Amino acid sequence: MSQAHAAASHPVEEHTTTGISHNRLMMWTFLASDCMFFGSLIWVYFAYRGRYFEPPYPRDLLDIPYTSVSAAVLLLSSFSIVMALTALERADMKGFRGWLLGTILLGALFLGGQYYEFTTFYHEGLTLTSNLFGTTFFVLTGFHGTHVFIGIVWLLVQWLLSYFGKLTPAHVERFFVTTLYWHFVDIVWIIIFMLVYLMPY
Amino acid sequence: MHGPAPAHAQPGPATWIRVLVLLTIATVLEVLTYAFESTLGALTAPILILFAIAKFVLVVAYYMHLKFDNRILTGIFAWGMLIAISIFAAMAALYHIYGQPLLTP
Repeated sequence: MSQAHAAASHPVEEHTTTGISHNRLMMWTFLASDCMFFGSLIWVYFAYRGRYFEPPYPRDLLDIPYTSVSAAVLLLSSFSIVMALTALERADMKGFRGWLLGTILLGALFLGGQYYEFTTFYHEGLTLTSNLFGTTFFVLTGFHGTHVFIGIVWLLVQWLLSYFGKLTPAHVERFFVTTLYWHFVDIVWIIIFMLVYLMPY
Repeated sequence: MHGPAPAHAQPGPATWIRVLVLLTIATVLEVLTYAFESTLGALTAPILILFAIAKFVLVVAYYMHLKFDNRILTGIFAWGMLIAISIFAAMAALYHIYGQPLLTP
């Protein structure tokens, strides 16, 4: 039996009263609270939607084909991270690192795309204070981007830890919790993409 | 006191690929709905919302394993969603009462 298989057969034990690991319970509770956080930001965006008295207006700025590709990139990263989880469960460390690196790169690509979008909008005259669209758009998508950035750093740490033997198949539960966060970032973008970009103005 | 539930019996890569294909199809249809906005008229918004809900549920149920996990976790997440949606609905109703309905340019 390989070392990885041996580690997988002895997962880290913890005692719980619910039958759910503490980390998993904590993450789902955090995600529920983050739903309220993004719910309030989306609400503010909607409250001022279409009440922009000064240009630039969303119709003149939003590039749907470009953002559609960004949305696809993030969806693809959700797929790659679930593949990384499967690889870790199967004690396939090479596969795990490959899929995880793919996820990190896709996340970075999404973030780079957002940076490009923000700078383009800035050069078109849209800033945080130019009008209500600028304020609500940058706050909502900016906070989402911050979540993506935190996720990338978290994944990068896990990827590095795997090289030092600190993340092994025995730690699959710990990695699973990370994947929950990453998928949440994806589902928030599903909602933002639909409400901010595609919904008719 | 007892240990956490064992690693959930979950589907493998074949299911993840099927979910990805469905997510891709839904995204393409969403963008097409946007492109045919003038033809679809008032149907555009409900169709977009339906596709987004379908994508949301697919990711949460399969990729986040909620379908295969402890029901308590579904309850916790649903509770957060419910509060978020309730606040949204209450504020939308307030705006409607005060003559500033949402989605109005």
